[in-house]
Amino acid sequence: MIASPDLTEIPNLTWTRSRHFRVAPFPVTAVTGQDWVAIAKSLGKGRVTLLSLWGETDAVCMALHDAASRQVAVARLTAMNGAFPSAALHHVPAQRLERAVADLYGLVPEGAMDARPWLDHGRWDMAHPLGSAAPHPRQEPYVFLPVEGESLHQVPVGPVHAGIIEPGHFRFTAQGETVVRLEERLGYVHKGIDRLMQGADIGRGALLAGRTSGDSTVAYAFAFAQAAEAALGAEVPERAFWLRGLMAELERIANHLGDIGAICNDAAFAMMLAQTSILRENVLRAAAAAFGHRFMRDRIVPGGVTADLDSEGEAQIRALIDDIRDRFPRLVSFYDNTASLLDRTVNTGRVGPDLVRRFGTGGFVGRASGRNFDARRDLRYAPYNALSFDVPVREDGDVNGRVWVRIHEVEQSCSLITQLLNTIPRGPVLDPLSPAGEQCEGLGIVEGFRGDILVWLSIAADGTIRRCHMRDPSWFQWPLLEAAIEGNIIADFPLCNKSFNCSYSGHDL
Amino acid sequence: MELIQNLVLQGVQMLVVLVLAPGLTGLVRKVKARLTRRQGAPILQPYRDLARLMRKEVVLAENASWLFRVSPYLIFAATWVAAALVPTFAVGLVFSWTADLIAIVALLGSARFFLALAGMDVGTSFGDIGSSREMMIGAIAEPAMLLTVFSVALIAGSTQLSNVVGFMTSGEIGIRVSAGMALVALVIVAIAENARIPVDNPATHLELTMVHEAMVLEYSGRHLAMIELASSLKLLLYVALIGCIFVPWGIAAPGAGFADLVVGLASFLVKLALGGTMLAVFETSIAKMRVFRVPEFLGAALMLGLLGTLLLFVSRSL
Repeated sequence: MIASPDLTEIPNLTWTRSRHFRVAPFPVTAVTGQDWVAIAKSLGKGRVTLLSLWGETDAVCMALHDAASRQVAVARLTAMNGAFPSAALHHVPAQRLERAVADLYGLVPEGAMDARPWLDHGRWDMAHPLGSAAPHPRQEPYVFLPVEGESLHQVPVGPVHAGIIEPGHFRFTAQGETVVRLEERLGYVHKGIDRLMQGADIGRGALLAGRTSGDSTVAYAFAFAQAAEAALGAEVPERAFWLRGLMAELERIANHLGDIGAICNDAAFAMMLAQTSILRENVLRAAAAAFGHRFMRDRIVPGGVTADLDSEGEAQIRALIDDIRDRFPRLVSFYDNTASLLDRTVNTGRVGPDLVRRFGTGGFVGRASGRNFDARRDLRYAPYNALSFDVPVREDGDVNGRVWVRIHEVEQSCSLITQLLNTIPRGPVLDPLSPAGEQCEGLGIVEGFRGDILVWLSIAADGTIRRCHMRDPSWFQWPLLEAAIEGNIIADFPLCNKSFNCSYSGHDL
Repeated sequence: MELIQNLVLQGVQMLVVLVLAPGLTGLVRKVKARLTRRQGAPILQPYRDLARLMRKEVVLAENASWLFRVSPYLIFAATWVAAALVPTFAVGLVFSWTADLIAIVALLGSARFFLALAGMDVGTSFGDIGSSREMMIGAIAEPAMLLTVFSVALIAGSTQLSNVVGFMTSGEIGIRVSAGMALVALVIVAIAENARIPVDNPATHLELTMVHEAMVLEYSGRHLAMIELASSLKLLLYVALIGCIFVPWGIAAPGAGFADLVVGLASFLVKLALGGTMLAVFETSIAKMRVFRVPEFLGAALMLGLLGTLLLFVSRSL
C-alpha cells in the first residue's frame, strides 16, 4: 500500500495491489467533496485511470487504477442532499456513468455539462428505480447535440436495424458521405439487473451476472465470483482456477474468431466468415463436450466451478487447439493476402493513443491504439499469475489493427490453454462460500474478450447482495466509436462498429 | 403464316427471359452459398419469393406519392423490354430492328432514373443515400457502357445487336485488342449496374453500405416483387449481352429451323449457367470496395471503352 510519487497529490486514498484485493475485502476510502473533485482533476490530467463510477444509496463511488504502481483504489463520497460534485466536469469519460447514476439513483451530478438522461428513456414505470422508485414524471423529449454548418444532413440509424443485432440509435450528421459527427443513444436493452441484484443471494447473483452480456457469460461469472470470494475472504480450490482460466480462454477464442470473420463479412467478404464460423463452432462444441454447455454459462460460481473436466473433455480441447493451430494461420494469411479486404480495413476508423489513454479503454480497442493494459497481467489473478503470455499491442489504431490484436490474442489463448492443460492440479473444484456474518465489500476485475470487466459487490450481514455494480468494457469503448468514425464515410461505419463490437446488453444492464 | 411464326418466336423470346431471370439469380446465390461451405437455398427460391411477395399486401408510407407506386411497374417494364431485345437463342426476330444497343442503354437509364426518384420519394435518409450513390455510379457507368457500345459498333459496323451477332459469328472478326478491351469494360459495367460485389453487396443487411437495396428499402408486396424481378432481368440481360456479343456461338440464325432453335436455347442456358457461376466465384473472392473507390473502378471501364474506340480509329484491324 505504497503510493507512487504521482499519487501523492491525490488526497487520502488507500491504494491496494492486486494480490491483496483479490483475496480480501476491499479497503474503501471515504472522501470529502473536495477530495472527490481533486481526484476528478487528477483523472483529467491523466495521472490515474478511471475504472468505474457508480452510485449507491446516498453515495457515489469511483474505482481508480494507477498504471505505474499497478494499484487500485476505491473512493466513496456520501451524497449531500441527493447531489455530488460532477467528476465528468474534469474528466469526460465519467460523463455517461454519471448520467446512469442520475437515472438509477436520482443523485444529481452538480455542475455536469450534460444533464440529459442516459439509460432512462421515460418508458420505465418508475423513476430512479434504485433510489426513490417514485412514479415516473413526464420526461422532456431527448435532444441530440446541435450541429450547425453548411449543407449538413442527418441520418438516423436504429434502434431497430435491418440485421438481427442488438438495438442502439446512431445519429449521424454528414456532409455528403463524410461523417461530421456521430452521436450514440443507448439504453434500449436495459433489463434492470442492478435492481434484480439487490436482496438476491450470492447464487442468484452469479446467475444474473452470467446473463448480463451473453457473449461474455464466462467472464462476467468469473468477475462476479472473484468479487464475492474477495469480499468473503473465501478459499477456492486451486483446480477451480485452472478450469476458470480454460473456460475464459475458450470464450475469448470463440468470440475473437467470430469477430474476425464478421469484420470481413461487413466488407462483403463472406468467405472469411464462413471459415472462421466453422472454427468458432468447433470451439463451442468442444466447450459443450468438456463443460456441458456451448457457452459455458453458469459453470463458474462463487467458490469454484460446477463442471469438472474429465480426460475425454481434456482430449477434446487438446484436439481443438491442434485444429486451430493448423487451420488458423492459413486463414490469417488469407486475410493478409486479400488486397481488396485490406484496402477496406487499413486506415479505417482510426483511434488515437491519447483518447484510449484518457478513457482507459481496454481490450482490442485500447491495445490496437497503444494502451498496454491487460487485467490478466497488470491486475494479476489466478490462474494467470502462474502462466506466461504476451499482450499484443499495436500503434495503428485502425480496423486492421483491431483485427490483428484479435489474431494475436487467439494465438496467445491457444498457448494459454495448452499451459493450463499441462499444469492443471488435481483436487476438488467447488467449496461453497460461507457467509461472513458482517457486511463486506469486494472487487473483481477480469479480462473478458472485449476488455476488463469490473464487478463491485457489497454483501450484507445475512449473505444477500446489498449492491452489485458491473461495468462492461464497452462503457469506455462506445464513446471512442464516435471519435473513430469522424472524417470517415458513412458507408464505413458498419466496419468500424464491428471492429469495436461493443456490448449493448452489458452496457445497458 | 410466317408473320405468325415470327410473332410466336418473339413471344417465346420475351417469355424465356422472364422465366429464366429469377433462376439465374437463384443459381448465383446457390453457387455463392456452396463456395462459402453453406447448403444454400434451392435455385428455385427466387420464384417462391416472388410468389410470396405477390400475395402479400403493400405497405405504403403515408407520404408516398403516385410516383412511388408507379415506379416499380415502369422499372419492370423498361427492364423487361430491354432484356427481351437482347438476342438470347435466336437473332433476326420480328422486332430485332429495335434491338439497338443504344436503345437498351436508354431503357436501362430510364429504369435507373425512376428507381432513384422512387428512392427519394418517401424522404427517408437511407433512400436518399442510396439514390445519390446510384446516380454517382450511373454517371460513370452509362458513359462507359456507351463507349463500349461504340467500339463494338465500330468493329461490327452496326449498333443493332442482330447485325453485331451476325458479324461476330461470321469469322471475319479474328482476335482484336479493342474487342478484348470492350469485353473487360462491359464486364465491369455489368458488375456495377447489377449492384454486385465489389460495387454493392446484394446480400447485405447493413443499411449504411447499401446502394440498390437502400433505394428499395421502403418497398413491399407486389411492388417489391416487380423490382426484384426487374433486378433479375437486368442481371440476365447483361449475361445475355456479353454472351451474344463475345461468345455468339449457338445462336440460331434468321429463318432457322426448329432444331437450330433448340440448339440455340440449350447454348443460351449453358452461357447463363457459366456466366452465373463465374459471377459467383468472382464475388466470393473479393471484398467490397469503399464507395469512393467505385468511380476509379468504373473509370477503368470508361478508359478501356475509350481506348478501344480510339484504337479502331487508328486501325480497323486492331
